[in-house]
Order: sequence, then structure tokens, then C-alpha cells
Amino acid sequence: MAAWRRLSRTKIVWPLVTLGLLMLFNLFFTPHFFRIEMLDGHLFGNVIDILKNGAPIMILAIGLTLVIATHGIDISVGSVVAISAGVVAMLIGGDLAGNPRVPVAMAMAAALLVCTAAGMWNGMLVSWIGMQPIIATLILFVAGRGIAMVTTNAMVVWLYVKPFALLGQGYLFGLPFSLYIVAVLLAATWLVSRRTALGMFVEAVGINPTATRFAGINARGILFWCYTFSGFCAGVSGLIVCSTVMSADGNNAGNLFELDAILAVVLGGTSLNGGRFFLFGSMVGALIIQTLTTTIYAFNVPPEIAQVVKALVVYAVSLLQSDVFRARVTAVFARREAAA
Amino acid sequence: MKARLPILVTLALFLLMFAAGSVAFVGFFSVQNFLNLFIDNAYLLILAVGMTFVIISGGIDLSVGSVLALSTMVASSLLERSGASPAVVIPLVLAMGTALGLFMGYLIQAFTLPPFIITLAGLYLARGLCYIVSIDTIAITNEFWMGVAYASLKILGNSFVSPGAILAVVVVLAGMYVLRFTRFGRTVYAMGGNEQSAILMGLPVGRTKIAIYALSGFCSALAGIVFTFYTLSGYALHGKGMELDAIATVVIGGTLLTGGAGSIVGTVLGVLVYGIIQVLIVFQGTLNSWWTRIVIGFLVFVFCLLQRLFESRTKVVAGKGVSAPPAEAEAVPVSRGAGE
Repeated sequence: MAAWRRLSRTKIVWPLVTLGLLMLFNLFFTPHFFRIEMLDGHLFGNVIDILKNGAPIMILAIGLTLVIATHGIDISVGSVVAISAGVVAMLIGGDLAGNPRVPVAMAMAAALLVCTAAGMWNGMLVSWIGMQPIIATLILFVAGRGIAMVTTNAMVVWLYVKPFALLGQGYLFGLPFSLYIVAVLLAATWLVSRRTALGMFVEAVGINPTATRFAGINARGILFWCYTFSGFCAGVSGLIVCSTVMSADGNNAGNLFELDAILAVVLGGTSLNGGRFFLFGSMVGALIIQTLTTTIYAFNVPPEIAQVVKALVVYAVSLLQSDVFRARVTAVFARREAAA
Repeated sequence: MKARLPILVTLALFLLMFAAGSVAFVGFFSVQNFLNLFIDNAYLLILAVGMTFVIISGGIDLSVGSVLALSTMVASSLLERSGASPAVVIPLVLAMGTALGLFMGYLIQAFTLPPFIITLAGLYLARGLCYIVSIDTIAITNEFWMGVAYASLKILGNSFVSPGAILAVVVVLAGMYVLRFTRFGRTVYAMGGNEQSAILMGLPVGRTKIAIYALSGFCSALAGIVFTFYTLSGYALHGKGMELDAIATVVIGGTLLTGGAGSIVGTVLGVLVYGIIQVLIVFQGTLNSWWTRIVIGFLVFVFCLLQRLFESRTKVVAGKGVSAPPAEAEAVPVSRGAGE
């Protein structure tokens, strides 16, 4: 009991419980949900699919977790995903024979560079110009999709270069390759933020930027690099998205991703008011969203209707995070106990 | 004078672009071309009026584009599939939009939840509900609707306007009156200036906040109806990303995103600037229409920059912390301590 009390106080528990309940639901109601098969040395099955399809959102959520921890938000990530896909697709080129125009590695590096620069732009607006994060990133949200469409000449670019497919479709040691990217990014971010004081500085900025500055921490620099990192993550995510479908569609790539990623972070226990962050929670949050989507698909519900469910989840989670709501619920229970 | 500066900049920008277009392109300079701005952007104008109220009050409403889409779906489905009369459909759709706004406003006010998240969930919800109505486009063949869609009123010789445009102008005038001359309108400004002060002054802040979102919902539904006059169809993808167009036009119109200052006249100018950019790109012919988004993004950037300059000056003069101080003050972990 005491152990459970201590456990229930850690933030990771509630997202895990939610995910567990979803899985439990699937165990009973979705046939073959947990079946995993071995084909050509690769693992296949619903659970693997969830991990694989969740990868782009998980990567976005890593960057966004830090941004939200600073009491900020980055709504441009979906558009940056589209830019990343557009840049890499244009550089590799739609050659039917599968010969890339520019070496694949170089094209990917260029896309990441562009996206990091996009993140720097957001960071500059927020930290040095002092714009509200929503507005600062709104600019790139609006313009970014335009930039992606102009990059690809408003056409869907199809790719036929085999090596590039590894990123989103390939397997390594039986597991989807994209999972290794998630793991590496997550581990690096965790090490840098939790094994050094950097993570605490990020949280300090989220609680009170002025006090942080007075404490001798370069608050502006921290803000700047958080947004830059978010841009970089969006770039990586865009590469995977592009590689998964082997095409770049400036209009639809990364569409509504920003909402999914923000939802993942919030579900993971990171408050939108900043000040604390939970990287692993965000990963669980992303998996909850993906499991929810997969579950809805499994019931042959049109995927678009999944949005209604998502909306209801957001309402429930926001209510649980609201002090007023919790106070009211507690008051109701207290009254009942008093009556009994 | 200083308060009018952003509006004057927008006006100058509009005149400059109109003049540039008139010089560069044959047939650009005409009364009809000016009136077309109202005809083609009638729905955006109506959305932007509602959004102006929300933003002046210090909030944001991301659900408007989806509520517009839902309105087109419900209207077309009722008209075509249920054969309902327009006299029933129009009030019903308006009531639905208002109810959605009311719901979100209640959550925001009663549980002190962030408007950004609640209206974001509203965006999902309304868009998902669209697909529950139908996944396909529903063409409208109702006689009354067709009549309105093809009607045009001659003014100034051979020039004409559509009923939608007239409706938009009526909404603009009503909005101006409400914002400027009613208690409700003045409370909206007071809330945006400083919500705590407004409460201490005894203004009905809670009720007004809910009403603002209900008003925005009403405007979205009305815009949806005007949109169906324009396109004669209901489709779940209508108005995709339009929430950000509406926010962008409000910002370009000089309304402060931090709340407390702004005007409907400015918003009208913002919509006109938005419209003329599109017309210029059409006349220019070789540029991809996606350049509109890039230019809009750039304009939002410029106007936000202007606002920042403007804000930092007034802060010194009036000592009224418009931007950063309230946010920092809120971030003091008082509520956090109470919650955990």
C-alpha cells in the first residue's frame, strides 16, 4: 500500500495506467491485438505497428516537452515536418531509376539544417524579441506550409531511392528502424537534461524567467536552444514521415501533428504551465494516442471520427489538470464522507 | 494617435498594394475588384469579427474553422437529406454554433482552463463531427440557397455585391456597435487589459468570458452559412486552417494578441489586406498561390514586431505591464502547491 502511494505520486503512473487500460480493453475486445508474427526476420503485429506509427509523434514530443517545460509552446512543428519532407524529397529527386540527385545522407543533413534554422527562428522570436510563444510559432505555422508547398512546386514528389526507405520502413534486428532513432534521441535528451543541470535550468525558466536570470542563468539562451531543438526534432520526424510513404506532400505531411504532439506531452503529465517535464511520460502519451487511433481503426470506425475521441480525451485530461475541478471533486467526496 | 498607428500602417499597406496592383496590371483598378474583396472574403470577415472579440479579451479561439465546416455539413445535410426548410435550418445551425462556443466558454471560465487547449480540442471535436455527418461532399440544390448564391445587387453603376458580402458588412457594423457602445463590449476591453482589475471593478467577467466564446461560435456558424452560399456545398474539409487566417487578419488589423486593445475597423482592413494579396498573386499569374501563406506569415511577423515595439514604449509611459509581467506573475507556483 505504501509502495503504491509512493508510486502514485510519481507523474509517470497515470499515463501508464491509461495506456494499460487501453491495452486491457484491446485484450478483451480486439481479436489478435497482441499477436506478433515473425516474417522474413521482422516482427509484425499491432503492437509493433503502434510503436512504428507512433515514432514521428514521439520524436516531436521529445522536442516539445522541453519547449512546454519553459511555459512555451511550438505550434509550427507540423509545418516544419512538411518543410523537412519537402526539402529532402526535392534534393533526392523523383528519379524513377532510383538514382538520387544528391547523396541521400547529404539531402537528409540539408533538411535537418533547414529545420534547425526554422527552430532557431522561433527561438529568436521568443527569446530575444519576446513574443508570446503561440504567436511566434504561429508565423511559421502559417508560412511553413507555404514554404513546403513552394519547395515542392505544390506537387506531391514521389521517391524511388531505395536506401532512403530504411528510415521509415526498414528493420534492424527485427524491429522497425525508426524506433532506434526514437531511442537514441530520447536517451541523448534524457542524459543531457537529467544527468546535467540543464533540465533544471529549463524548468526554472518555465517557473520564473526573471528570477532565473537573476540567479545567473542565461534564460534567453535556454529558451532559444529549446525551440531550436524542437525544430531539429521536427526535421527528424519529417524525414521519417517522408520515408514511410516515400513521398512529400507539402499540404498533408505533418498535418495536425502539432496537436497530436502537444496532446502527447500533456497526457504524459507535463503541465502547459511549464516548470516540470517528463520525457518518458511524453513517450507514453504518444503511445496512448497511437493506441487509441489503432483501436479505433480495429473497430472499423472511419479514422476521421477518431478526432472526436481525441477531443474528449483532451477535455478529460484538461479537467483533471484543473485545480478548480479537482477542488470541486474533492469537496464532493469530503461531503459524502462527512455524511457517512 | 499612437493607438491608431497599427491601423494606419495597415491602411497604408492596403492602399499601397491596391495602387501597385493598379499600376502593374490592366483591369486591376475597378470598383468591382474592390467589392470582390468583400464578396470573396465574406466568411472570413465574419469569422474575424468574432475572433476580434476573443483576442481583445485576451483569449484565443482555434475552433472557428472547424465549426465553420461543421455548419456547412449540418446545413447541407439537413437541406438535402432531410429536406428541411431553410427557415428551420438557418436558426438550427446558428444555435448549434452558439452552443458549441458556450460549451467551450463554460469550460474555460468555470475551470480556469487555457483557451488554447480547450478550443484546440474544439477544433478536433467539430472536425470529427463533420465526418460523422458524412465523409463526402454534399452539394446543395435547395432553391432558396441557390437563389441566394446567384443573387447579386447592383450598386454604383455596373458593380455588384453578393448577399453574403452584405451580411458580412452588417456583422461588421453590429460588431463595431457592440464593442464600442455596449457594456458587454467595454467589459471585453477591460478583461483584456487586466482581468484581475476588471473583476475588482465589479465587472461581470465570468459571464462575459462565456458570452465571448458563444459569440465566436455564433459568428463561425454564420460564416459557415455564408460559406455555403459561396460554394453551394458542405464538406468536412472546408475551412481547413481558416482559424489561423482569421487570427492572422486580426493581428494584421492591429489588435494586440495580449488583449486589451484593438478594433473591428482594423480587422476589416486586415481582411482586405489578406484578400488583396491573393488577388495580386492571381493577377501576377506565375506565382504559386501558396505564396499567399508565406506573405501572410511575413506580415504577421512584421505586425507582431511593431506591437512589441509599441508595447515596450507604453509600458515605460503608463507602467502598465501588458506583455511579460502578468505571465511571469501567474507562473509563481502558488496554484501548483495547492494542487499537489
